[in-house]
Amino acid sequence: MSRSTSSDTGGAGIGTGIGATGASVRAEGKTDRVVVEITDLYAGYLPGINIINGSNLIARKGELIGIIGPNGAGKSTLLKSIFGMVKVRSGEITVDGESVVGLKSDKLVQRGVGYVPQTNNVFPSLTIEENLQMGLYQRPKTYSDRLEFVTSIFGELGKRLKQRAGSLSGGERQMVAMSRALMMDPSVLLLDEPSAGLSPVRQDDAFIRVSDINKAGVTTIMVEQNARRCLQICDRGYVLDQGRDAYHGTGRELLNDPKVIGLYLGTLGSDGV
Amino acid sequence: MDFGQIFNLSLGYLFSPVTLAYALAATGLAVHFGYAGLLNFGMAGFMAIGAYGYAISILSFGLPWWVGIIIGMIGASIFAVILGIPTLRLRADYLAIVTIAAAEIVRLLFTTQLFDEWTNSADGLGGYHADFRSANPFPPGTYGFGPWTYSADQLWVRVFGLLLLGIAVYLVWAIMRSPWGRVLKGIREDEDAVRSLGKNVFAYKMQALIIGGVFGALGGVVFALPSAVVPALYQTSLTFFIWTILLLGGAATVFGPVVGAVIFWFIMAFLDALLPAMASAGILPISSIQAAILRFILVGVALMLIVIFRPQGILGNKRELTFVK
Amino acid sequence: MSSNGTPQEPTTPDAATPPASESVTPVGAVSPTDSVSPADSVSPTGTVTTPTGSVRRPKATGLATGEAVPGVAKTDPIMVIDNVTRRFGGLTAVDVEHLEIPRHAITALIGPNGAGKTTLFNLLCGFDKPNSGTWSYDGKNISGVPSFKVARMGQVRTFQLTKALSLLTVLENMKLGSTGQKGESLWASVIPAIWRKQDDEIESKAMELLTRFKLDAKADDYAASLSGGQRKLLEMARALMSDPNLVMLDEPMAGVNPALTESLLDHILDLKDLGMTVLFVEHDMHMVRHIADWVIVMAEGRVVAEGPPEQVMHDQAVIDAYLGSHQDVDLGVVTGRIAGELDTSAMELLEEIEEEHEAAIAEAEEENK
Repeated sequence: MSRSTSSDTGGAGIGTGIGATGASVRAEGKTDRVVVEITDLYAGYLPGINIINGSNLIARKGELIGIIGPNGAGKSTLLKSIFGMVKVRSGEITVDGESVVGLKSDKLVQRGVGYVPQTNNVFPSLTIEENLQMGLYQRPKTYSDRLEFVTSIFGELGKRLKQRAGSLSGGERQMVAMSRALMMDPSVLLLDEPSAGLSPVRQDDAFIRVSDINKAGVTTIMVEQNARRCLQICDRGYVLDQGRDAYHGTGRELLNDPKVIGLYLGTLGSDGV
Repeated sequence: MDFGQIFNLSLGYLFSPVTLAYALAATGLAVHFGYAGLLNFGMAGFMAIGAYGYAISILSFGLPWWVGIIIGMIGASIFAVILGIPTLRLRADYLAIVTIAAAEIVRLLFTTQLFDEWTNSADGLGGYHADFRSANPFPPGTYGFGPWTYSADQLWVRVFGLLLLGIAVYLVWAIMRSPWGRVLKGIREDEDAVRSLGKNVFAYKMQALIIGGVFGALGGVVFALPSAVVPALYQTSLTFFIWTILLLGGAATVFGPVVGAVIFWFIMAFLDALLPAMASAGILPISSIQAAILRFILVGVALMLIVIFRPQGILGNKRELTFVK
Repeated sequence: MSSNGTPQEPTTPDAATPPASESVTPVGAVSPTDSVSPADSVSPTGTVTTPTGSVRRPKATGLATGEAVPGVAKTDPIMVIDNVTRRFGGLTAVDVEHLEIPRHAITALIGPNGAGKTTLFNLLCGFDKPNSGTWSYDGKNISGVPSFKVARMGQVRTFQLTKALSLLTVLENMKLGSTGQKGESLWASVIPAIWRKQDDEIESKAMELLTRFKLDAKADDYAASLSGGQRKLLEMARALMSDPNLVMLDEPMAGVNPALTESLLDHILDLKDLGMTVLFVEHDMHMVRHIADWVIVMAEGRVVAEGPPEQVMHDQAVIDAYLGSHQDVDLGVVTGRIAGELDTSAMELLEEIEEEHEAAIAEAEEENK
């Protein structure tokens, strides 16, 4: 089944090439079915002050969507809006076709939205195993099946199940938090800066794992500070600025767009920036 | 039911020592909670210390009445320091827990037989009025009109209480509009920000705790002046009446405590007269004794309703209060 | 600031600026001719105007006494830091042997995530206690001195998440920033005659600063009504009320929309012109390159490099710390999403990742025993 092009990206068939591993798996998983759709969203925490100012986003089944942008652009807020943690002033958010505006977060978990926050994302007094079990609470599935899937992505977790989550470093907690969200077989996974606080090698490791999760069929929306790495692995990306999407396109398009490079991808060591 | 009599009784409370005492204590609580954000649930303890300090100084040590008042104020300050040193660096909840317990400890210390020599334990103290009355500037006679008719002694207590209340209210107004008050406002919202500007946050909170405590002690003194000092009066329920008054009037306002106290006591007196009358007349299916107790239940309900629906009270400004969302 | 006054000529690209030279200028001097290109004009006060009309201010030079390596001594240090460590459980967040902050200069403290910059910053401001180490400010040992006392000594800080007190008005916020206020003592507060005059003086100083930061119209509004960028400006203006010597800014650009960045940068440069020393933590490389005279780079709790910005940013060790030595690897290829072959760099990256996994598993097995 070939991947149909969407009107907003205009791209054609990028990413279905013959890569090193599993490219064919991905091509099959892609359909037109929209999992998450945000339309003209205005949202904020305090009355009268909007962080999101007219944002749009579409995530289709099996896609890996990246959201990048400068500090304060509202990336995390956009993610939280999907998860019912921010007051929506106007606009629409649908998950699997049904509106979720105004729903409390626990209802969203029941609908299969898995959210992994950046901090405070594990229960420190519980073991890793207990944290994973907590992930099944709202949508009970078979524990051992899901555990098998999770440990196929995060190998070392299987060996540390009895370890207290509070004794883990930030990056390790990220892993546990992501695994916990995966335990419930989410229809969409929301990741808030999975590479935050990690050394460069561990960041690359995290990105590769996110890619693996997505390749296994999990629709993923990820907010990231490391724009370059994010765009390298995502199918489509949105560049957020001051609460609205300034640019969007496929990962590759954005990676090579000079405007995006100038604003958000400028790095140490590159000349002429 | 004699509504004339009911109203007469209630109106009398607009200018009664009880009302003045509660207004003073509520003013102290306004400094604690409204302005400094300190959760003090032990105001009854401060009032007890004020009252006992006054009475014991006169009865056991033969000191003049005004020295007794000062002793009460000093006692309250020491109490505030003892409460503050361990708790002010911690979260607000800790002060709340500690103050509830501390007030009860104070009451029990005054009740125990151990100090019977000075406190007369559960029977309490009386008969300390002579010295105060001898300072009465009003010549004997009847003053006032209607529900507000007083003898010279009754008038003197009220005038003195009003004087103390006036001074307290003035002081609150004066310090809160000064730079000191500005720092306190900042602390209430964000201690770290204020620290980064060079202010010793701990010292300010302690000062606020002491000031409020002293006002509470003065409330205890005014309460004791015309009557007696009995430990059973200074229970936790007294603390919550003061809270009700404060929240009713407006926590971070200068006149809120006064307005709250007046309204509170008017209604309490009104219900105290009305409910038993209704019970006797058969309108309420309970005895008149039960009816009198009913008003306390209503106070509890009122407190809950205020906190839920109008936490800024009558005079308060919603925007200014950190605890109002 | 004369950037609005000079006439706009057609835009010509600035000629490449030569790096500030270290050796020939006198100690601590600001050399007007260092960053000047032929098309620029130099005013008598030494400010440089480019043909596009923007004023670029010269960088301070001669700050270090020797070669720019981590821990180099400064000609006129305002702060000297020795053997500071801070551990959180098993993790060493900060481990700095020796560091000196130069006076009358703008120093940037940069580094990747988890480098320990904010932890060190909080330690120096008295908002955290170290496990070991001392540091001195103006020669006085201030390690262990609580944060409010440090603020009174002339060292102020701002916060990454602005702490504009929203329940106070803008003017009240400003007045709060002034130190040595008589009216702040409890006994004096009751008698306005004691503090009224001083309060009026403080108020006029506050209005002056507010005007400079273009917030004067908002003086009587509650700080809650300010936008995020305006709150940043308020916090900076408030910090200046105490006439500090050392201004420590924690990510001043965080959450600021790009339109306001230029104005904020100018205000920070003004601080240096007024004789203050600035130390700021930042992620934004453009900002650092633009205004920093000296850059300190931290990674994994240590100082890995320091020196003038141009030099530091081309230091391979610094680039590695930020991007990892595999910045040229395309993860799209590695994950099989993009057609391509895995080159040696990609293979090395995968090997390193594998090593990290094995190390983690070995550690876990150790603990299980």
